[in-house]
Amino acid sequence: MKDGTDWQYSDIVKDHFFHPRNVLLRDPKPGEFDAEGVVGAPACGDVMRMWVKLAPLGGVDGVKIKKLKWRTFGCASAIASTSIFSEMVTKNGGLTIEQALKITPQDIVKELGGLPKIKIHCSILADQAFKEAIKNYKKPDVS
Amino acid sequence: MKRVYLDNAATTSMDPRVKKAMDSFWSDDFGNASAIYEEGRVAKKAISEARLKTASILNAKADEIIFTAGGTESDNLAILGVARAICGISDIPQKKSLHIITSKIEHHAVLHACEQLKKEGFQITEIGVDEDGIIDLRQLKNALKPETILISIMLANNEIGTIQPIKEISRIIRNKNILFHTDAVQAPSYLDLNVEKLGVDLMTLNGSKIYGPKGIGILYKKRGIKIEPLLYGGGQESNFRSGTENIPAIVGFTTALELAQKDREKESERQIKLRDRFIKKILEMPNTILNGSQDTRLPNNINVSFRGVEGEAIVLYLDAKGVSCSTGSACNSDSLEASHVIRAIKRPHEYAHGSVRFTMGKETKKRELDYVLGILPDIIKKLKNISAI
Repeated sequence: MKDGTDWQYSDIVKDHFFHPRNVLLRDPKPGEFDAEGVVGAPACGDVMRMWVKLAPLGGVDGVKIKKLKWRTFGCASAIASTSIFSEMVTKNGGLTIEQALKITPQDIVKELGGLPKIKIHCSILADQAFKEAIKNYKKPDVS
Repeated sequence: MKRVYLDNAATTSMDPRVKKAMDSFWSDDFGNASAIYEEGRVAKKAISEARLKTASILNAKADEIIFTAGGTESDNLAILGVARAICGISDIPQKKSLHIITSKIEHHAVLHACEQLKKEGFQITEIGVDEDGIIDLRQLKNALKPETILISIMLANNEIGTIQPIKEISRIIRNKNILFHTDAVQAPSYLDLNVEKLGVDLMTLNGSKIYGPKGIGILYKKRGIKIEPLLYGGGQESNFRSGTENIPAIVGFTTALELAQKDREKESERQIKLRDRFIKKILEMPNTILNGSQDTRLPNNINVSFRGVEGEAIVLYLDAKGVSCSTGSACNSDSLEASHVIRAIKRPHEYAHGSVRFTMGKETKKRELDYVLGILPDIIKKLKNISAI
């Protein structure tokens, strides 16, 4: 774990930065995703856009995250943190919305093997973009 | 593969001739210049010769050169030194009324020194630049007050390389009893440093940008100007900079300055050709803009912005391909904003965070630039595909 004072990115950060996972390289097709969220502003140097496809579990179990795609304008840690978030919420068949909403920036930093301290407050937007997407998610009418 | 180093505005390698000139002063001629015996006399002589050489390059007098530990110290000594000295003179009515003018694109060594003076009660005006990154002389004229004591404007900008109208500023304030400081650390390899012609009273130079050693600089201070030192002690450098003199570095700095000035015309001509070709090719890429004036800029500076791509990401992708360059992007500070220089030239947000600076040096070859031009489009394309804007 980095102590946050040096400038080296961890191997995990570099891997995700140079080989980002789950990027949506084209515009989404109509109906391809169930929810979309955008956070950040060009003025701040970070903009993150996230698309989520959900899979109902049936009964009271809620829904799982089937697919999470994203695009990010930002620095290395912004790109890497979104990439790793997309893996965290979709691995092993996907987390439920409730589980995914509990992921904190600290969880993402830990998963990345640490980040330089000054990067932490500004570059982790993945959890916020996800919350934004879920806020926009309209549950299907089950009545 | 040999790396392509294009960050010479950050620091340069040390010229082997400089290193050679310094060699004997580490272990052989190691004496303290304050000592009266043989080793001391050797050291004293080395400093005197270096001072004289440096002075003659600047068209100054030997006693007008103060050796310091670098550009930051020289800037601080000039600004804090002048302000605190004038403030200590009794016939100036109120410390609060004293006024200093600087610009929005100065190095932080100047801007943060001015911020400190603001805390101490001085008035500070930061004048703006036009979209080309050149000081707005009308703003400067309007900013002048009867209480103005000092102007600090850089000779050439470190980020976008723009060359500032120092002679014109000097003309504007002639006979106005205002001191004029210029930070010239980026200039020696390319520009004339004649202090008479420039019309400056104080000038900062630094060894680490001119193929000299790090941790050494000078402040040129015109005879008769009073400054308050930053350091108190043994009274070296005519009391303006106490501390045992760093003789190897002083000798190295002087050698580096001589070499830089000797080759500056030839190198300027060579690098302008490389620069203009590189800029032309890079601007052929879509959504790319040049930061700073096309012509009124240092021969070695190329600063471009790519729309919708963040500078740090570009720098790290280039780094992975063996290219060293830098960015004015914010992500290296606590602030979320783009660099103060890029903001001063009012770039749109989508471009402001995508600035990349390439600064050539005397070792830069055309084929190295061609290599960068070859790999850059794919890097930008990849990052644009990831980008949310």
